[in-house]
Amino acid sequence: MEFVILIYGDESIPGPTPGTPEFQEFMGTWMGYNAALKESGHFVSGAGLQPTATATTLRRTFGVPEPTITDGPFAETKEQLGGFYMITAENLDEALDWARKLPVPAGSIEVRPVGVSA
Amino acid sequence: MTTPGVADALDVAAREEAGRVLALLARRHGDLDLAEEAVQEALLAAWRTWPRDGVPANPAGWLLVAARRAAVDRLRHEASQQRRSTGAAADPTVASGDAARVDRGELWETVADAPDDRLLDSGTAIPDERLRLVLLCCHPALDRDAQVALTLRLVLGLTTTEIAAGFLVPEATLAQRLVRAKKKIRLAGIPLSVPADLSERLDAVLTVVYLVFTEGHFSAAGGGLVRVDLAAEALRLAAVVDGLVPNRPEVLGLRALLTFHHARRDTRVDGDGGLVLLDAQDRARWHTGEIAAGNALLDRAMRGAPPSRYVLLAVIAALHANATSPAATDWVTICRAYETLARLDPSPVIRLNHAVALAMRDGPDAGLAALEQVRGLERYHGLHVARGQLLLRAGEAAAARAELARARDLAVNESQRRYLTHLLTASTDSGSAGSAT
Repeated sequence: MEFVILIYGDESIPGPTPGTPEFQEFMGTWMGYNAALKESGHFVSGAGLQPTATATTLRRTFGVPEPTITDGPFAETKEQLGGFYMITAENLDEALDWARKLPVPAGSIEVRPVGVSA
Repeated sequence: MTTPGVADALDVAAREEAGRVLALLARRHGDLDLAEEAVQEALLAAWRTWPRDGVPANPAGWLLVAARRAAVDRLRHEASQQRRSTGAAADPTVASGDAARVDRGELWETVADAPDDRLLDSGTAIPDERLRLVLLCCHPALDRDAQVALTLRLVLGLTTTEIAAGFLVPEATLAQRLVRAKKKIRLAGIPLSVPADLSERLDAVLTVVYLVFTEGHFSAAGGGLVRVDLAAEALRLAAVVDGLVPNRPEVLGLRALLTFHHARRDTRVDGDGGLVLLDAQDRARWHTGEIAAGNALLDRAMRGAPPSRYVLLAVIAALHANATSPAATDWVTICRAYETLARLDPSPVIRLNHAVALAMRDGPDAGLAALEQVRGLERYHGLHVARGQLLLRAGEAAAARAELARARDLAVNESQRRYLTHLLTASTDSGSAGSAT
C-alpha cells in the first residue's frame, strides 16, 4: 500500500533562523528522518511547501464549466482533502492549466509551489 | 529650477516610458523586482541630470540605457556577495527565467541588448512589451486589491503615496500590499506571458480599469482631500490597453463608456460638494469634444460582433450623453439595451437600472412593478433612492419619504447623504420632486 502523510502546522510561528546552531540542529532532525525513510525503503516522494501566501485556489461548482481562480489557500471547512498530485511545470499558468483539467465536478483545488524537496 | 519642457519630459518619463522600460527589463531578466528597482534608479538619474543637461534626444532610450546599467550593477553586486558566502559564481549578465527560453533575435530582445549609442539615437523606437506586464499585474492568482495597486504602480507609474491617497488607505497598507503581491508573483511563479486565449485574462484587466475609474468618478465629491485623478488615470490605462490589443470591441466599449462618464465630471457635484443627478446636470457644461470622441470609439466597438457588456453600457451612456435634455432622451432604446444587458449580466444592479429606465418610458408604476422583481439589494441605498423617487412621482409621498430615509441611512458618503436630506426636505415641502436617474 501507499500512504500520504500530510503535515499541518501554524506557519505564523517562526522556525529557527538559518545560520544559527538551532537551525543546524532543526535541519539535522529532518535530514535524519529523510535518511531513515529512504534507507528502510519506504520513501516515495515528499517536500516542504512554500507558505500559504503563495497559494492559488481553483473552485469548481456543479454545472459551471469554468472554475474561478482566487488568491489564497483552500479554506472551506466543509470540504475534505481527497487527493493530491505533485507535478512539474514551467510556471504557475502551466500548473493552473493542469489543475483546470482535473476531472473534479465540484470542489476546491489548491496549487502551491514546492519549497524544499525531501 | 526645472523649466517647463524638462518637467513635462520627466512626467512622461515616469508615467509612460518607465512602464515600457520596466516591461522590457522584466522580460529580459525574468525578474520583476530587479526591473522595478533598476527603472527607479534610472528615473532618479533623470531627475538629477535632465534639468542640468537638457532632455535627451530619445528619453525612453536614455531610460533603458540607465536602467539596464543599474540592473547589471545590482546583479554583479549580488553575485559578488554570493561569491563571498559560497565561493561559487554565476555570470550576472546572462538572462534568466522567461527571457532565457525565448528564441534569440526578437525585436524586443534586439533592442534590449542594443549598444548604448543606438538606444540614445532619436530614431530608435523602444518596443512596447506592456501587455505582458498588464496581464501579470491583473493575474487571477492575485487578489483584486493587489491587481489594482500593481497595475497603477508598474504600468501607469503612480507612486505608492499617490495610489494610497487615491484609495484613501494608509500608505503603509498600500506598500505592504505591493510587497506581498510581488512576493507571490516571485514565489508562486506567475509568468510574464501572453496566453493563447486572451479574452478571459483581458476581462480581468478591464475590471481593474473599471474599478479604478469608479473609485475616481464616484468619490470625487468626498472629503476635499487632494487626490490623484483616478478617473483620468483609468482612461489613460484604457487607452494603453487599447493600444496594446487594438480593435477589440470590449476594450473600445469600455473606453467609450468611461469617456462618456468622464465628459460629465464638472456637473456631477454642485458647489457645496452635493451630488447632482443626471436629469439635473447642466448639459451645457458637458465636454462635447469628449462626447464626440466617445461616439467615435463606440462606432468602432459596434462593428462586427454582437455587443458585449461594456459595449451595451457604453450604448446607454451614449444615449444619455448625446441627449439635449432629460425629456429628449431615447428611453425606448435604453430599455432595449438594458434587456440585452440583463441577459448577459443578470446582476441586481442592472435590473435596478432597467427598472428606472422602464419608469422613464412607461411611467412610475411600471418602474415600481419592475423594482418588485429585484432581489438582493435591500441594503443598497440606490434601490431605496429609486423606489423613493418613483413613489414621489406616483404621488405616494409618505411611502416615498420612508424609502428616502432608509436610503439616507444606507448611504456611503457625505454627498449622497446631503442629496437625500435635500430630497426629503423638498418632498415634505411640496409633496413632489424631480424624476429618477
